Amino acid sequence: MSHSMVYNILSLGVPFSVALLLASLGEMFNQRAGVFNLGCEGIMCMGAFLGFLPPYFFKTGALAPYATLVGFAVAMAAGILLGLLFALVTVTFRAEQGIAGIGLQMFGWGVAGTLFRHFIGGVTGVPGVAAWAIPGLSRIPFLGGILFNHNPVVYLAFLLVPASWYVLFKTPWGLKVRAAGTEPRAADSMGINVNRVRYQALMVGGALAGLGGAYLSLCQAKMFADDLVAGRGFIAVALVYFGRWSPLGILGGALLFSLAQSLQLAIQVAGIKFPYEFAVMLPYVLVILVLSLARKARMRGPTHLGIPYNREMRY
Amino acid sequence: MNRFKLGYGAAVVLLATLAAAAVTALVLKAIGASPVATYVTIFTGPLKDVFGLTEILVRAVPLILVALGISIAFRSGIINIGAEGQMLMGILAATGTALALPAWPRAALLPLVLLAGALGGGLWAAIAGTLKARLGVNEILSTVMLNYIAAQFYTFFLRGPMIDPGELETGSGTPQSMRLPEAALLSRLIPGTRLHTGLLLALVLCVAVYCFLWRTTWGFRLRAAGAEAKAARYAGISVEGSLVAAMVLSGAFAGLAGAVEVSGVHHRAIENISSGYGFAGIVVALFGALHPAGIVPAAVFFGLLLVGADMTQRSAGVPANMILVLQGVLILTIVSAKMYLNNAYAQERAARWFARLRPRPAPAEAKPGGQP
Repeated sequence: MSHSMVYNILSLGVPFSVALLLASLGEMFNQRAGVFNLGCEGIMCMGAFLGFLPPYFFKTGALAPYATLVGFAVAMAAGILLGLLFALVTVTFRAEQGIAGIGLQMFGWGVAGTLFRHFIGGVTGVPGVAAWAIPGLSRIPFLGGILFNHNPVVYLAFLLVPASWYVLFKTPWGLKVRAAGTEPRAADSMGINVNRVRYQALMVGGALAGLGGAYLSLCQAKMFADDLVAGRGFIAVALVYFGRWSPLGILGGALLFSLAQSLQLAIQVAGIKFPYEFAVMLPYVLVILVLSLARKARMRGPTHLGIPYNREMRY
Repeated sequence: MNRFKLGYGAAVVLLATLAAAAVTALVLKAIGASPVATYVTIFTGPLKDVFGLTEILVRAVPLILVALGISIAFRSGIINIGAEGQMLMGILAATGTALALPAWPRAALLPLVLLAGALGGGLWAAIAGTLKARLGVNEILSTVMLNYIAAQFYTFFLRGPMIDPGELETGSGTPQSMRLPEAALLSRLIPGTRLHTGLLLALVLCVAVYCFLWRTTWGFRLRAAGAEAKAARYAGISVEGSLVAAMVLSGAFAGLAGAVEVSGVHHRAIENISSGYGFAGIVVALFGALHPAGIVPAAVFFGLLLVGADMTQRSAGVPANMILVLQGVLILTIVSAKMYLNNAYAQERAARWFARLRPRPAPAEAKPGGQP
């Protein structure tokens, strides 16, 4: 492998990780609060589609320069709404979370697909977000191009890693979230409204998943298609397990996956014979491997993950 | 009280269904379609002629089989979202077997093909089951991932090793397998329609699953492990073993559904053959209360929905994707409604509310004389 090939793989892999990273950080808040949200995939689909709409409709005109920004905002708002819907189902109605998540996934995917077919129908591009090289830092040889020459959302996503660590471990709200996921009864007796905290966490998670979806359509693919998200929402959920519910672990997982993806692209570009289908399969196989190799004893997640909180029940 | 219970359950499920229909109506409104007209087309369109009616049953067959498998898994405490992939692996196994043994007589080949399908699906599911039992891998995530992997496997085989040589000769290159030998095909029940004997097989298997789950020790073990793993373990049941067994059985049903679909309807492996049955089967299983007696009517109902959705796509241009929306919301409302179904307190309140609604008989027994 030549020097430039390594450079290409790394500089492509970094932006590839953003959608996974955003969705996964959101899912981390959900799971830390005790809610297993498989609907992440559906929220990403909706975010990808709704984020795509404003720049698609306002290609010219006064709004055009802000259309992409509006797209991100719309995607996040939709994510919050879907998070609320999921909270209603799993927190208020105390539904079985795994199955409800599949329901939300089908809902988000179905709505995005239906609206897409009706309003757009075919493949059309959007301008996307221009790269913004950080002055100074981007001049660092080798590393500069890999880390500091991307669109602003990439930097935002990476800044969210320490930020969410701070929120989760150093703020009162983070403590409430962790309490709601590990000892909801104790949290309740200390006056924390467990269900409200779970609602809030699901809204945060929804917003981040929506943003991740919009990143896919607005920055990465610069277009929308039914199968754009292609299981990234599920992978994001798996990454939370892999990263052991910590932002840094999740960052590592997201980078592992995106590097695998850019490596696969590089192999194809280099013309190495390899059935295309097996290349596409790779990330999904990787998820299963990663989940199986993670040591069971060290997989200590939030103890009440997946268990609806019911004040009237004794355990 | 028992009659009230039944009515209460029916009312809750009906409300859940109506709520789902209302949410879907919003989406229909958003694309400028009339929700009422769309629902009317969906629910009455397929009932107008023999073709529509048989087509409903044609869709119901794989739905019944998939839902039976899913309910076995759910009742045993393991969630199988992977029916879609298991179906595809079943189709590959069944098609491969049928094409490899074209000269075999019908009496041997047909059962073998169906068995191969079940085996393909079962083995594919065994991966997720074993990973869950041995390494504690979340089965929902692993089955979802196995779906994506199976889809790629399937396309790989259809485009490569299994492609119809005729497609390569003519150069059209449609990714599909050769036609199955005549001996491997399920015969048609009504000539001129696509309704095939797989329907009878599905109904027989409904009875078999009922007997298995509720009338055998094996079935009891599975259900016990699913209902309360700790108690089952104390009673000496291998919970891990039953998880794997339930997953394999569940996958076998999905694989069989695939085999039946290929040998009864399409007669060759084609792309998009599973057409979402794997996911719709989850909804059918939940809607049928994870019981064979509920699954059959639920499957017919969803067969109607699927055929109707195709019709609206053709007649009114409403994308058939909207059925995905309806299914998704239905899952959400049904799992939500469960809280009210299993809640004695809510039921009691409904009973009191219901009693207040009913006109009381005139207080004849309360004599205006006061205490006797």
